[in-house]
Amino acid sequence: MKRIRVISLIALLVLVGNVSVFGQCKAFAKKECLTELGNYTHDGNYHAAVLVEGEEAELYKTFYSDMEYRVAIVGESSLPAVEFTVMDANKNILYSNKDHDYSPTWSFRLESSQQLKIIVKVSKFNAADEMPASGCVAIMFGFKM
Amino acid sequence: MDKNYKVSFFLVFGLALIISVFTGCKGGNKATVEEESVTFAQDEEAILQDIKQAEKVFNALPSPLESAMLIKSAGAEFNEALLNPVSNVNRYVTNRAMALNLGAFTCDLSFSSMYEQTQLLIDYMNAAKQMADGLGILDAIAQEDIDRLEENINDSEVIMDIVSQTFMNSNSYLEENGQPATAAMVLLGGWIEGFYISTQLVDMDNFDNNKLVSRIIDQKLSIDILLNLLEDSKGNAAVDELIGQINELKTVFDKITIETSTPRPVYDESTQSTVIKSEVKTNMTPEVFLELSKTVALIRNSFVES
Repeated sequence: MKRIRVISLIALLVLVGNVSVFGQCKAFAKKECLTELGNYTHDGNYHAAVLVEGEEAELYKTFYSDMEYRVAIVGESSLPAVEFTVMDANKNILYSNKDHDYSPTWSFRLESSQQLKIIVKVSKFNAADEMPASGCVAIMFGFKM
Repeated sequence: MDKNYKVSFFLVFGLALIISVFTGCKGGNKATVEEESVTFAQDEEAILQDIKQAEKVFNALPSPLESAMLIKSAGAEFNEALLNPVSNVNRYVTNRAMALNLGAFTCDLSFSSMYEQTQLLIDYMNAAKQMADGLGILDAIAQEDIDRLEENINDSEVIMDIVSQTFMNSNSYLEENGQPATAAMVLLGGWIEGFYISTQLVDMDNFDNNKLVSRIIDQKLSIDILLNLLEDSKGNAAVDELIGQINELKTVFDKITIETSTPRPVYDESTQSTVIKSEVKTNMTPEVFLELSKTVALIRNSFVES
């Protein structure tokens, strides 16, 4: 009987553990990233993933002329600074938040529609002997007419 | 073993196992899988190898809300006859049909909201809810969202916020529950619906210097993003068929030219934002436009009639 209780408890812990992981980045994205869009309308798309320090992610998106955009890229507090660079199809760098004190947002407008690439990189803590930190990074876009 | 304990043990263990498998299969999120590997890895070298291999690529299509805003900002008129009728909602029983038409109905919902078509807006929200429920997307569109929509029917900001939130609930649920193919089909359905509506709204007597035509040319910039998004789920029978259809569209897009000068970012102090300055030259003949329009109509109709 005792054994059954122990196994049931383990099963319950597995259940609860997984439920807490479920939707982890979505809740973070809604709470921490969405608010950074301010008075820009969120487009409704969802881009978030768990990244480890030193890891990179890329995003490709078409931005349209005469629309005002804001991109917000936010990492969980467990992570070191999140760097992002925006470049055009020919790899010309248009913006890097490294030059702006790792600002989580960038507001911009294009005179002609273009496909842009955003490279997101989680920088590294200087502790080689420790387990790398990991956490959610969310990318959201808002626009205005 | 006592019968009650036996039953409760299997109930709890079975439930845990199902949810464990369910939440563990995050196939569309490579980076998340890598992070889980890191958590349980035994040696640091393996961890570093995991990090090296981990790479997440997001292919972001214009959302239904953005597509609807692009159409409206081009000065196009509202035309209800172009939308997928809500009466079609009971036709969609397969995963593919529900996913594509969740995207399509969300686009029609966004289009209705932009033009303040209040009753249509509620009808399309209900149609989208039915698709989301059919796909098992928990709480994507709750009854409270519909109630809030009805209470704020004349407040466009609140409406857009609700539309944006419900769409995010759907695609985040699918992404975080290992259903990237379904998530891709929802995005595709929305993009095709918006593209179809815009092509149908072009006045051929006013083709040159038409802003809506420019917006249609701009969609060429998203065709490779769309194909990459679908390629991520290659092997899924429904997605494989869709890749074939989108390649037909790409063949027509390849007849359009877009030449953009090197962009120059200039910071505008007054708006505290950056203006990316550049010039663009495009070329699309009316014949190519008609071919594009016909191709997208065939694809869109295959989605809404499925």
